Amino acid sequence: MKQLSVEAIVQNIEVVTQFVNTELIANGCSEKARLQIDVAIDEIFSNIAQYAYIVEKGNVTVQIEVKDGIALITFLDEGTYFNPLLVEDPDVSLDAEERSGGGLGIFLVKKTMDGLKYERHNGQNVLTLTKYI
Amino acid sequence: MSLHIEKTVGENAVIILSGRLDTTTAPALENILNEVLPCAKTLMIDLEKLEYVSSAGLRLILKAQKAMGKKGGMKLRHVPDNVMEVFTITGFADFLTIED
Repeated sequence: MKQLSVEAIVQNIEVVTQFVNTELIANGCSEKARLQIDVAIDEIFSNIAQYAYIVEKGNVTVQIEVKDGIALITFLDEGTYFNPLLVEDPDVSLDAEERSGGGLGIFLVKKTMDGLKYERHNGQNVLTLTKYI
Repeated sequence: MSLHIEKTVGENAVIILSGRLDTTTAPALENILNEVLPCAKTLMIDLEKLEYVSSAGLRLILKAQKAMGKKGGMKLRHVPDNVMEVFTITGFADFLTIED
């Protein structure tokens, strides 16, 4: 397992994406799966950066482990309790005029990853993505 | 990771995107849209070299669609498979006008 800790600011999405991509490429990940994971990183990290630390700054730790063709990518933060799995799915049948544009990020992650697990553990939000690569 | 934007401003506006349209790069496209949308009667967005789009990019595509829907309309062309998958999952494929 490898991990990287960075401050929870959107400017760090790039360094986290590169960290994860290096591991994915070293483990023979398909381009399709890698791009889906990159989108998931953008959605999850930006959520943490924008909502987890409202009062004071904090860090996000990203862990990746690849085993038997499955990537496990975990995001840990000590910010406000937030379980993205409880966010209601957007109505994707609406026409453009009826849409607000919100709520699509987590929905995309749910649809493109093979598994998504949330735990609140020792005061941390722990979100783990599973993806067959 | 970056987004490159080429634009033609005017009544028949064109925007060509290459790279990644995500949280970090979306503000650059938003600035371009704010410049292009007020005078455009039609808008063509070429996505051939777009690697991926996240929800931050979808918000801008929705904004452009809402603005242009009332005028001559907006078309997207050369949509890569990865991007098309996102449009399909989110239902954007149902209201966007997509050309080969």
